[in-house]
Amino acid sequence: MDLLVVEALAKRFTIHALAREVVAFDAVSFTLRAGQLLLVRGPNGVGKSSLLRCLYRTYLPDAGRALYASTRGPIDLVRAADPDIALLRREEIGHVTQFLRPRPRVSALDLVAEPLIVAGVAPAEARRVAGERLDELGVKRAIWSAFPTTFSGGEQQKVNLARALIAPRRLVLLDEPTAALDPRARDALRERVAALKAEGVALIGVFHHVEDIAGLVDDEIVLQTPT
Amino acid sequence: MTDQPPAARPLDPPRLVTGGPLLRASGLRKCYGSIVAVAAVDLEIYPGETVGIVGESGSGKSTVLRLLNLEEPADAGDYRLAVPEGAGGNLFTLDRYHRRMLRVQRIGIVYQQPHLGLRMNATSGGNVAERLIMAGERRFAALRAAARGSLAVSEFPAERVDDPPAQLSGGMQQRVQLAKAIALRPALLLLDEPTTGLDVSIQALVLDTLLRLRREQPIATLIVSHDLGVIRTLADRVLVMRAGRVVEHGLTDQVLEDPQHPYTQQLVHARL
Repeated sequence: MDLLVVEALAKRFTIHALAREVVAFDAVSFTLRAGQLLLVRGPNGVGKSSLLRCLYRTYLPDAGRALYASTRGPIDLVRAADPDIALLRREEIGHVTQFLRPRPRVSALDLVAEPLIVAGVAPAEARRVAGERLDELGVKRAIWSAFPTTFSGGEQQKVNLARALIAPRRLVLLDEPTAALDPRARDALRERVAALKAEGVALIGVFHHVEDIAGLVDDEIVLQTPT
Repeated sequence: MTDQPPAARPLDPPRLVTGGPLLRASGLRKCYGSIVAVAAVDLEIYPGETVGIVGESGSGKSTVLRLLNLEEPADAGDYRLAVPEGAGGNLFTLDRYHRRMLRVQRIGIVYQQPHLGLRMNATSGGNVAERLIMAGERRFAALRAAARGSLAVSEFPAERVDDPPAQLSGGMQQRVQLAKAIALRPALLLLDEPTTGLDVSIQALVLDTLLRLRREQPIATLIVSHDLGVIRTLADRVLVMRAGRVVEHGLTDQVLEDPQHPYTQQLVHARL
C-alpha cells in the first residue's frame, strides 16, 4: 500500500525585509510504502531538511501534493488544516531533528517516556521502555534522572532520538539523526530503524554518513540545486 | 508594511479531527472610546488543544482573553462553547446569572497580576475553595479536600495551604491561581502572561505544571504571551496579533520557523 505519494512538491521562502525569494527545492516527487526507507541525497543547501520540514508542515509548502494515507482517511499534507496536522503529529507522523530543546527540570527518563504516556501507556511501563531505549543508545543509568539541559551535545542527541522514536508512528522523518552520535549509538539507531521497518513504519531520512544505514535503504531521491 | 496577509493560505477545512471545536469565536470586536482594541478576530480551539496569542503590548491580545472570559461585553461577535451551559447559543447574549454560572463551571483563568484573580489576604486554600462554593458546594470537609487536591495538582506545598497569597512568592501565587482555575475541571483555561515577571527557574516550574496538567485533562487552553519561548513550549497553534487583528495564524513551529507575514517575520527575527 502506498503510504505517501508526493507530486511536484515545491518550497520557496519570501523574505519581506529583503524583498527576495529563495527557492528551497522544486518539483520533488516520490512514492513511499509502509516499511520502506527512502534516502534523500544531495549536496549541502539543496533543501533536504526543508523537504522533511515541509512534510511535517514546520514549513508551508508552496506547490504540489503530498497524499498521505492516514488511519482516518487520505489527506493532502500540503493543504490539510492545522488541527489535522497537529493530530497527525500526535498519532502518526514523527520528526527527528538534530536540534534538541530539552525542557528544563524534566529528567532524561521522563522526557523519553512522555510520548508513550501521552499515547496512553501506563507511566511505570512507559518508564521501563524508556530505560531500555536509553540503555540501547548507551546513556548511562546514572544520569537517567538528571536533566538533559546539563548534558553534552552527544548525550542530548541520544535522549532526543530515544524520545523521538519511542511513540508508535506510521511515518518517521529523520533529519541527520546520527550527526553527533558515537559508534555504539549509531549501531543502536541502525537496529532501531531496522525494527521500525519490520513493524511496517515508513521512514524518510537525510543522513550525513550514509553507511550508518547501509542495507536498509529501499529507495532514494537526489535533490538538485534549484535553478 | 501592510496588515493584509501576503496570500490567503489555501488550506482545507479540518477533516481528520473528530467532533467540532470546543471554542468557536468569530468577528470579535471591542472598542474603548475611539480606540479599536480588537477589530475582527476569529478563533477556534479543539478539545485538548493549546492555542497561543502573541503580539506587542497594545495589540489587543489581552482584550481577546477578557472577552472570552465574559468579563466585559463585546461590541460585536459570536462566541460559542460546546458545553451544556452554552446551550448552543452566542455566549455574549447570556444574562448575568447564566454568564456567571458558565464562567464558574467551565472557564478557568490565570492573570499576570495575581491580585486580579485572588483575594490576597484570604488563605490560599480558601481562595481555591471559593470557586467550589460559588458552584454550590457547601460541605466543609469536601471543600477542604477538593481545594487541597487542586493545589496539589498545581504543585503547591501542602504546608502553606493556610498562608494568604500576600505572603507568597510570585511563582507560588501563580500556582494558587492555577489551582483555583482548575478546581472545577474547566473546559476552557485562559492564561494571561502566566509566567511574565517570574524568575526563569520558576517559569520552568509553572510551564512544566501546565504541560502535565494538559496531559492529565483534555482542557482547551488559550495562552496570551509576548514570550515566544513560552508559546513554543506550550502552544500547538498560534495567532499573531497586531493592531487588533490577526495577521497570521498557524502551527506554532511553522509560524516561528516559516513566518509568512512581514510583521511576523520581523517579530520572530527580533528574538534574542
